[in-house]
Amino acid sequence: MISAPDVVAFTREEELEDELCSEPPLPEEYSVPLFPFASHGANPWAKVAGSKFTRDFILISEFSEQVGPQPLLTIPDDAKVSGTFDLNYFSLRIMSVDYQASFVGHPPSSAYPKLNFVEDSKVVLGDSKEGAFAYVHHLTLYDLEARGFVRPFCMAYISADEHKIMQQFQELSAEFSKASECLKTGNRKAFANELEKKLKDLDYTRTVLHNETEIQKKANDKGYYTTQAIEKANELASVEKSIIEHQDLLKQIRSYPYRKLKESDFHPYEPECALGQANAGCGQDLTASDPAEPGETHLYAHVPSYTPKLIKAKSAKCFDKKLKTLEELCDIYFFTQTLDQLHQIERTFRGDVCYLLTDQISRALLKQQSVTNFLFEDVPFLDEKPPEKQYRGCRGLSQDAVDRKCSEESPAPKVVISLGAYKSSVECVPIKMEQEIEDSQEPKMTESVTFEHQENLDYLDADIKGSISSGESIEVLGTEKSASGLTKSESQASLPVSPSPQAGRSKVGSRRTISEDSIEVLSTCPSESLIPEDFKASYPSAINEEPYADDEEGGLRFTPKLNPDNADEQEDVSKQENLVQVDSSCCIGKESPNFLEPLPDLGQKPCDEDGVVRIPPQPYRQAEQGLRGSFGGFPSHDGISGGFLSYEVDSRYLTGSREVSKSSLDECSDSTSYISSAASTCSDRTPSPAHPACQAKERHKKKAGQNALRFIRQYPFAHPAIYSLLSGRTLIVLGEEEAIVKKLVTALSIFVPNCGVYAKPVKHWVTSPLHVVDFQKWKLIGLQRMVSPAGVNVLHALSRYSRYVSVLDADSKTLRCPLYKGTLVSRLADHRTQIKRGSTYYMHVQSILTQLCSKAFLFTFCHHLHLPISEREPEESVVNRRMNFLKLQLGLANEDIKIVQYLAELLKLQYIQEPGQGVNPLLRFDYVPSFLYKI
Amino acid sequence: KSSVQTIGEEQIQNPYTELLVLKGHQDIVRFLVQIDDCRFASAGDDGIIFLWNAQTGEKLFELHGHTHKITAIAPFSSSDASEEKKHLILTASADRTVIVWDCTSGRQVQKVSCFHSTVKCLTVLQRLDVWLSGGSDLCVWNRKLDLLCKTSHLTDAGISALVELPKNCVAATVGKELVIFRLIASDDGSEGWNVLEVKRLVDHQDNILSLVSVNDLTFVTGSHVGELIVWDAVDWTKQACECNFWDSSVPPDVQPEIKLSQSPNETSVQHLTSDEECVFAAVGKGIYVYNLQMKRVIACQRTAHDSSVLHIEKLPNRQLISCSEDGSVRIWELREKQQLPAELVPTGFFNMWGFGRASKQANQAAKKMQDNTPMYFLELVGDLIGHSSAVQMFLYFGELGLATCSADHLIILWKDGERESRLRSLTLFQKLAQNGDFQLKF
Repeated sequence: MISAPDVVAFTREEELEDELCSEPPLPEEYSVPLFPFASHGANPWAKVAGSKFTRDFILISEFSEQVGPQPLLTIPDDAKVSGTFDLNYFSLRIMSVDYQASFVGHPPSSAYPKLNFVEDSKVVLGDSKEGAFAYVHHLTLYDLEARGFVRPFCMAYISADEHKIMQQFQELSAEFSKASECLKTGNRKAFANELEKKLKDLDYTRTVLHNETEIQKKANDKGYYTTQAIEKANELASVEKSIIEHQDLLKQIRSYPYRKLKESDFHPYEPECALGQANAGCGQDLTASDPAEPGETHLYAHVPSYTPKLIKAKSAKCFDKKLKTLEELCDIYFFTQTLDQLHQIERTFRGDVCYLLTDQISRALLKQQSVTNFLFEDVPFLDEKPPEKQYRGCRGLSQDAVDRKCSEESPAPKVVISLGAYKSSVECVPIKMEQEIEDSQEPKMTESVTFEHQENLDYLDADIKGSISSGESIEVLGTEKSASGLTKSESQASLPVSPSPQAGRSKVGSRRTISEDSIEVLSTCPSESLIPEDFKASYPSAINEEPYADDEEGGLRFTPKLNPDNADEQEDVSKQENLVQVDSSCCIGKESPNFLEPLPDLGQKPCDEDGVVRIPPQPYRQAEQGLRGSFGGFPSHDGISGGFLSYEVDSRYLTGSREVSKSSLDECSDSTSYISSAASTCSDRTPSPAHPACQAKERHKKKAGQNALRFIRQYPFAHPAIYSLLSGRTLIVLGEEEAIVKKLVTALSIFVPNCGVYAKPVKHWVTSPLHVVDFQKWKLIGLQRMVSPAGVNVLHALSRYSRYVSVLDADSKTLRCPLYKGTLVSRLADHRTQIKRGSTYYMHVQSILTQLCSKAFLFTFCHHLHLPISEREPEESVVNRRMNFLKLQLGLANEDIKIVQYLAELLKLQYIQEPGQGVNPLLRFDYVPSFLYKI
Repeated sequence: KSSVQTIGEEQIQNPYTELLVLKGHQDIVRFLVQIDDCRFASAGDDGIIFLWNAQTGEKLFELHGHTHKITAIAPFSSSDASEEKKHLILTASADRTVIVWDCTSGRQVQKVSCFHSTVKCLTVLQRLDVWLSGGSDLCVWNRKLDLLCKTSHLTDAGISALVELPKNCVAATVGKELVIFRLIASDDGSEGWNVLEVKRLVDHQDNILSLVSVNDLTFVTGSHVGELIVWDAVDWTKQACECNFWDSSVPPDVQPEIKLSQSPNETSVQHLTSDEECVFAAVGKGIYVYNLQMKRVIACQRTAHDSSVLHIEKLPNRQLISCSEDGSVRIWELREKQQLPAELVPTGFFNMWGFGRASKQANQAAKKMQDNTPMYFLELVGDLIGHSSAVQMFLYFGELGLATCSADHLIILWKDGERESRLRSLTLFQKLAQNGDFQLKF
């Protein structure tokens, strides 16, 4: 950790006083208004009066064509979360700002209803009356029975902290895009499946009608048609037309990805996408050539279980039927996965914005310190391939958990039900395409490799990577399920991969192996960074403040920033918005293909014109941010509870290069500091990062910090003990009781530098005599003291190797170790410290150790400190130079030098280590006398 | 409790501040042999031979072939002008085989298994390009592993040590006897050799445990009861004999109790080494320096270790390293004694001053020494503690450090921390330059 939000919180009062006293009073115009809620007697951390909910949550709403906007579910699914907050009202609010140009209909140019694959729209919306601010993500799902085939949905992240929404817009957008993409993927499959069923019905109907007409023809040899016959003929014609329309729709839904491919370097992830792309011509054959014959054999062959129904010419009235639920629309697997993703999002963004930002910054910075960060940083963090994934693309991490969950659930009948969806998506593909999939794997794989190389360079790649991981599993799972579902169908033989249906667990195993090979480099997330510049404007991200009459002044105001070259696209959008929708399901059998039904203008309130601002999304330049971020001043600024202090510098850095007007952010910030803290106080104080492992880590930190605090307060000889650890001399905690020893070991473990990117060299509990190998491996050992012959051996070994170890006797409270006269450790472990909380102390330690690391880094990588400048320079002068540098430049005294030297050795070892072979652990030691410390 | 000299934790002169534990063996490691400047082989009771890089501690090869413990090992580097230098090692095992290994490829070159008894010693006569194996008989082999000739069966005990002497002679120790063999070029073949027993010397009272060649004119033997005999290498006559000199050379007033409890085991000459002037003998727990010119012990450390000293080596810089069954390795320095009156003052001073810290007790060494006879004394300058069991042998690699092998199955490489640190820096900057990322991603 570079900086600690906790530290901020607990030092603020003193600092505030200091600052107020020392600085001359501000001119009137700059003076800081008092805390606005002070009059209510509330403390700054209390819940903001305005908001009616206790913590951030995610709301999914739908604009139902039958009942209008309605909330569907919240995450977390807990009535207490939303409290008195009116979800219905808020659903109305968020659904009324849908800028998504999602209309299906018969465009003038085309003869058939056309599916529009629209991008999601992302909007920030504030309702100051409700005290709620939301990131709103609109998306459209397809439903054959719905009007215009579309069902508008939205997911909203609702928080009382406006600032948080603004700051985290990019991250929220990326995460929600993933969730949305997951839903839409499931939906496309379900939709295609539905279309196929429908086609079968229609085909059957046509056959029946045809037969009837024939019979009538035979029966009627008068030479003229009866009205009955004409009616039948019309009906037949309309059915045939309907078939063509549906086939066209099916083609469209399957062709989805390669349409996208043409526009960007977007990587499709569905099997049929790749196929479609590879074999577009074939696909055309399949669906568009002669629909009758191939369609018949094809469709009936595959789904023998489905019995086609006769479709009546007049379909039921729209309002009579029950609309499909979200689960039905997306199929259960994708639905649960989306929910998991949303839970993940909720967890990731839980807590104070200050914490989130600090965390992001420190991660960004740590990532750049690749040379030194292994020393004191947490191992799991470093293990992660792309470090930012932990909070951004948590999906990748949680994937396993999701998979596991799914696999456990997989025998459930639900999944079996949804098999049809997979079947359709896979089966429709001609067999020869399968090989082409395999062929197309290679180029994709290389692409993924290049992304990895660029990983550090650009933020965009991280997004791609994150999405890759999620894509894989979806794809492979789909195939597998379809395969197992197909075992009884005739087409089984046609599938090259036909694993026998197995238990869920073994499926997962195989799936994992497949995805490890990264067979498909896929993406579920078209976050805006992936889309080329000129494409962006067509799915606007807008920030909207509902204009209350008296609120307009205080509302968010943003300077519109439109790229000139986006203007055209902008127009397109507005055109599209004006398009009308056709409810095709209602018009089947109707004569007029141009039946147009204007929709109510959902997102077209006139007042939006000035309230809405489009922010062209821009890549979040992390590196730049990290370098520029003046977080040195950040804590103190944040600490001012006056609140209206200028956030200009910080927030601008922190938001990256987002074009946000300064004034508005300043105004945000005033309320934010309370609101955000309110948001955090009502839930846990420390926001728990993404997954359980992290929570455990967090808990461990807290515990370790607390124990360490206790240790430095209790033991007057804490300094030499910590010095031993920092200088690489193994410290042995000797004691009879395991719990006490382990507690001490945990406390002291935060001071132990890592020797490599492996686990910390800490051994909590040992009962056997120690050996020199142990000192090589472990730098902190908990050792059992036994009153037995074995115990004598243990002690004997200890005294034998006493030159390599410091011994802390937990029972008699003594310490035997070398003398320490430096100054560094006293800053690290001041027994009079005012820090009270474990996690705070942990962060304090981390920050000092980070400082230490930078010294070690400097020392290690200064050439002349280690090697002679000229050939003839004697070794002594190099040694002199080295010592001078340590003493004067780095300001180290006495034993502190040894600490830095030890860390430098670790850095060297780590750096020169060849990737293939592990480090040969070596033991460095000094011949220095030890002393016995007593309380 | 014991009079063993100790040195505190402060060891300024001890250069070894870094250690590397080499794991691999599954039983006692008894032999270390240097192959070239930076490689060495280790072998022991598990029958496996390991080749190591002395600089990095990297395990180069693991040679499997013997089924029993290794009894002898000898480097055998060919100096053929035509080929590049080929490093071979010979290993003899209790499975009655001798295997030749190629150190470059790590492969078994050839295996000889026609022995009637275990080969206990191997000697390479570079000059004649033959090697000898000693067991119950003495065999002479050429490079291609053809048996050139052999002696008749000597004794069941067999030859325990061999040393090359001038004029194509070798000295072999067989029990209490020292047998001199001569290799004679056979009359018929060009390559053939005949081996002939020339002389049998029976001056030792007990088994000869150590045999070392000092120079072309002298070699020394030591026996189990503490006899040390200096022999003329040409005419095999006794030049000097110190049968009981371990007792007599030390005045009885210094440590009478040790003398009383002296058992043969404590006077056995375990190992001998020499430079041009002196012979260094590991006798029991002590170390003795015998000057060949003066024909007497010039310095000694009667209880250098807690138990028997197993191996002793002289370093170029007047230092001496010894290792012992007590698991420690000690570094000694042979110092000339200062004028006698002045000597007592610092010692006494240090004794009082250093009582609590026990760090300067090294100077007590001076006190233990005889007042007038030895003009030198051995000062303890450092000890290396790492092994948990008897240190069987060590190998001094000069700058690269020191390799020690032990009954605890481990080999430890002791290194000069300063030097290693410098080397690592060098590697670091080389790698930086190589990678071209002087602008690290930070």
